[in-house]
Amino acid sequence: MARVGVFVCYCGANIADFIDVPAVVEEAKKIKEVKISVLYKYMCSDPGQGMIRDAIVQNRLTSVVVAACSPRMHEKTFRKALSDAGMNPYMLEVANIREHSSWVHQKDKKAATEKANDLIRMAIAKSIANEQLHEISVPVTKRALVIGGGIAGIQAALDIADARIPVTLVEKSPSIGGRMAQLDETFPTLDCSQCILTPKMVDVASHPYIELIPYSEVIELDGYVGNYKAKIKKKASYVDFSSCTGCGACTQKCPVKVPNEFNMNIDKRKAIYTPFPQAVPNKPVIDATHCTMLLKGKCGICAKVCEKGSINFKMVDEVIEREVGAVVIATGYDLWDPKPYEEYGVGRYKDIITSLEFERMVSASGPTNGVPIRPSDGKVPKNVVFIKCIGSRDEAKGIEYCSKICCMYTAKHAILLHHKVHDSHAYIFYMDIRAAGKGYEEFVKRAQVETAATYLRGRVSKIYKKGDKLMVRGEDAQIGQVVEVEADLVVLATAVIAPKDNPSLARLLGVSYDKYGYMSEAHPKLRPVETAKAGIFLAGCTQAPKDIPDTVAQASACAAKVCGLFAGDTLKKDPMVSTINNEFCSGCQNCVKVCPYQAIVTEEIPLGHGSKELRTVAKINEGVCQGCGSCVAICRSMAINLAGFTDPQIINEIVAI
Amino acid sequence: METEVKEAQGKIISAENPDIVAPADWQPVIMGILCNWCSYAGSDLTGTSRIQYPPNIRIIRVPCSSRVDPWFIIKSLQTTADGVLISGCHPGDCHYISGNYFARRRFLVTKKLLNFVGYHENRVQFSWVSAAEGPKFAKVVAKVTEDIKKLGPLHRYKKENF
Repeated sequence: MARVGVFVCYCGANIADFIDVPAVVEEAKKIKEVKISVLYKYMCSDPGQGMIRDAIVQNRLTSVVVAACSPRMHEKTFRKALSDAGMNPYMLEVANIREHSSWVHQKDKKAATEKANDLIRMAIAKSIANEQLHEISVPVTKRALVIGGGIAGIQAALDIADARIPVTLVEKSPSIGGRMAQLDETFPTLDCSQCILTPKMVDVASHPYIELIPYSEVIELDGYVGNYKAKIKKKASYVDFSSCTGCGACTQKCPVKVPNEFNMNIDKRKAIYTPFPQAVPNKPVIDATHCTMLLKGKCGICAKVCEKGSINFKMVDEVIEREVGAVVIATGYDLWDPKPYEEYGVGRYKDIITSLEFERMVSASGPTNGVPIRPSDGKVPKNVVFIKCIGSRDEAKGIEYCSKICCMYTAKHAILLHHKVHDSHAYIFYMDIRAAGKGYEEFVKRAQVETAATYLRGRVSKIYKKGDKLMVRGEDAQIGQVVEVEADLVVLATAVIAPKDNPSLARLLGVSYDKYGYMSEAHPKLRPVETAKAGIFLAGCTQAPKDIPDTVAQASACAAKVCGLFAGDTLKKDPMVSTINNEFCSGCQNCVKVCPYQAIVTEEIPLGHGSKELRTVAKINEGVCQGCGSCVAICRSMAINLAGFTDPQIINEIVAI
Repeated sequence: METEVKEAQGKIISAENPDIVAPADWQPVIMGILCNWCSYAGSDLTGTSRIQYPPNIRIIRVPCSSRVDPWFIIKSLQTTADGVLISGCHPGDCHYISGNYFARRRFLVTKKLLNFVGYHENRVQFSWVSAAEGPKFAKVVAKVTEDIKKLGPLHRYKKENF
């Protein structure tokens, strides 16, 4: 028979002033399972916990009820007291008589006391049905998978690998580097992007603990924290990377010219190409959608000029598997297509370009060798109008949020324009200047003062052509007048958006994403790098728009989380998970459908003892189960129970009043 | 179903069964089943903010509103409670990704069933209270208590209570 101890806390005056505590203690004694019922000023204090420990031993208690503050406050404290006394810590129940009674019924002591009595009765009844539970330990595979080889993925991979944990870095394009590799200089210090990024890229390629798999994608992820199994599709590159020396003879001789996406389609690349000269790995791939040999079976020049014989037109996609314990998602961002801005003449006027196109033009290694030009006639522009918030903060045409980086990079563009074309002038139409960050406000000042960029607060209503110039008509809200600027070139600061593959990747990985397609963090403030799925972390713009410093910080935070996860040989987990009773399971699989974590699978077991016929039953992976209890409520044969919140426990509570 | 208070000779009559009457100062018992992450935390916040609400509710903690089996509701009404309040995270905010959506659908059906067997629709109520909505929790409890008081008792009163 159950032997319950009840410990009622005064909580100083917090409980005692509004509840008749001695009466509550006496009331509890009336229940026959209660062997001891006592009160103390502060149960959570050392002497209070000592009292519980002594009582457990002296009265040979089988469960303990503490009537005090919320279990969200001190459940762990009291569980520890139980285990210190040699009792299973999960035999504890907390009756919340402070937050749920004394603090909310301060004007009615009688009712508050009655309610406290009921809450204690319920806790006693529940504790009688409690079962001994033990922490679950799951083994952990100490290898991390990083998806995306931009600066976020690079930083996370390097930090994890530096802790001597093997990393598999998967990048979908032929080279790592991501968006940062496309940038010329970076705010607020105007460091050359390539100069700070390429050493890191080389580190990734040469690091003994990093396995770099370029030109590939994750297509499947099974398992749970510490024990994921990833399937990675290596896309056919038609070039044998192991023998290729990266000499570049093939790319020179290839006759097929294709718009170069790395340079925002400003110039052309070949059908066999490396995305940019500093690419890592510096090996070319064949673009199968344009190669005439692969399309029509004619040409094959690259194979003829390759001295190493690395070209293999018969190569096919290959799927490889890796066992990993944790995943870092770093898929980066895309840019919004400004087509809906028809009144600006987007698509009609060649001299309206996006910021990333401008960035590539001013890049020393870019398609125009660092000189901005007008796409229409190739002339160097003198008056350049920059328009911010194209798509950002625009519910009508684009998205609601602020893209965060445009204020800063537009200031940078004004400065860079001045550096490249000394007699030029920048006009910047803006809504607000958001320059929160170390050295950011000073940087915007620099654009305004040093380069004398004209900042005009207001929206542009229309752009029209006058001769070979573009007339930009907008409002200057500070003087309250319509202004017109004669521009040679117009640069649109288009919004940062989530990559279009994010939702499908999120579904495949089992993490949630928001309405814009960004992956969702577990908590917006306190768990910003974790997803709701244990062991999967977020770095960089895959979670929300970010600048480089924030991205790098978050990537390093991911690395710290991964290292923390891998610190022990096993992972400890709360035992409050669902368990299944095969005897009752009818195999309807409703639980499989409702489980938000895909923790339930089916298995075949013999129909009867020694029988050769099989029947299907559900099987719960306790490593994945988070203990929500959805499956328990949906199970029509009552075969599933949730440890800590079993049906008998809750029904006991209900009928105890 | 009619919602007006049935009173006869200073006694409150059950909306479902005219044979069940209670004295005028009768207080209902309401079973509150709250999810751990939003509504239970919200009810704790009501406490720490010292917002007062009627003392009729008895709170049971479950991990998620999707853990609530309709059986719990029916058992409460059968045995101890005059009304049931179930509260979870706001749709879209479930700690367990999608649990409250399952709960929402399940409750709609449960409510239909309870109506069909003759319970007044206000006997069982559902709400979404986040961990930040202490004042809202107090309001919800006050409203539910008020509603149930109007409906009168669900259980026969022992003689000595009269």
